[in-house]
Amino acid sequence: MSTETLEQPVVKEPAEPLLSKRRKKIMSDPLNDDNPITIQVLGICSALAVTVKMEPTFVMSVAVIFVIVFSNLIISIIRNLVPTRVRIIVQLAIIATLVTLVSEVLKAYYYDMYKVLGAFVGLIITNCIVMGRLEAFAMGNKPYDSVLDGLGSGFGYAWIILAVAFCRELFGSGSIFDIKIYEGLSNLTGGFVNIQTNGLMVDSIGAFMVLGILIWIQRTKTGYVEH
Amino acid sequence: MEAFNILIRGIFIDNMIFAYFLGMCSFLAVSKKVSTAFGLGMAVIFVLTITVPVNWLLQEFVLKEGALAWISPSFAEVDLTFLQFIMFIAVIASMVQLVEMVIEKFSPALYGSLGIFLPLIAVNCAILGASLFMVQRDYTILEATSYGFGSGVGWFLAIVALAAIREKLKYSDVPKGLRGLGITMLITGLMGLAFKSFIGIAL
Repeated sequence: MSTETLEQPVVKEPAEPLLSKRRKKIMSDPLNDDNPITIQVLGICSALAVTVKMEPTFVMSVAVIFVIVFSNLIISIIRNLVPTRVRIIVQLAIIATLVTLVSEVLKAYYYDMYKVLGAFVGLIITNCIVMGRLEAFAMGNKPYDSVLDGLGSGFGYAWIILAVAFCRELFGSGSIFDIKIYEGLSNLTGGFVNIQTNGLMVDSIGAFMVLGILIWIQRTKTGYVEH
Repeated sequence: MEAFNILIRGIFIDNMIFAYFLGMCSFLAVSKKVSTAFGLGMAVIFVLTITVPVNWLLQEFVLKEGALAWISPSFAEVDLTFLQFIMFIAVIASMVQLVEMVIEKFSPALYGSLGIFLPLIAVNCAILGASLFMVQRDYTILEATSYGFGSGVGWFLAIVALAAIREKLKYSDVPKGLRGLGITMLITGLMGLAFKSFIGIAL
């Protein structure tokens, strides 16, 4: 990695606009065509477990976006100082520090949510997306581009898990963000529309099924085929 | 007896994959061949069985509030819990390094086929997850060890079973968009459904 970065052109190029076409592409690619979850198959580990309800999922996405953007930024700034051999340890140390920060903030200001998420906040450390982006992008690109890439990947991850959580909470608990949709429908129509919740969706199996079907739809739309 | 119970629970009921979705990345990526899946599964069992007790000792004698009191009573107020993540991940990373060296020495073929996924055990959520759950559930050292071993075996079972199914799946005609990750997710869901039948087993 470090040898590549030395070969940068010495001639100073004219400054690139803040949101040039290339930079927009860096940001928009992970949202759909190169989505970290559905195409690159990263970060499924800690993603599915929190998707029973919308609210914890939302907090989780914010936390992951924070960690991914700042770790990308920091690694990108120090990328030429880190010897290639010890880069994994350095990356892990930076990610672990950021995650500790997130966990302490949650504990201080949002204790209920901290209880719900439990060990899964700590598991952001081992979220492959964070590590993957550091290896694949931040180690070889400038800080500003890395931040954009982090934002793109973070939001690409966020919209998928929010979509999974939407399906699971709606069908599993009959509510969205704890607003009871099914009950409201039943009251509105005087008990005429009475939908039962599906217990399978609250269970882990529901998450696999919903994500599997989501991947199917998403890949059919983007036309991505494996092998 | 309680430790044995935890072992059984770790394998079948609180299975790392089907109940907590931990270690999914390598679970999905390395499950194309049974032999490779077998090797990775063994490595995960080994790493889990060592790291969970080691992290337990670390938690009990260094990190917990007042844990440092054994050095001198003046340390009784010290609370190092906020260092938990960094310390745990450091233990795991060095253990993985060790396993990597052992496998490279004794089985170069397996080393070659595992490729990038061997160092990635360090960021396998199942490993860190087991350590964090162990702290959350207040296990004793014996229970922690059997929990580490049990969840390793559970993970091993899951990945070998999935690899076996996927080897057969090669001959079937799967819709284009569903190929690869999509169908694997659905199969995992069905396997999870099968594992649900173990709920209620207690000794």
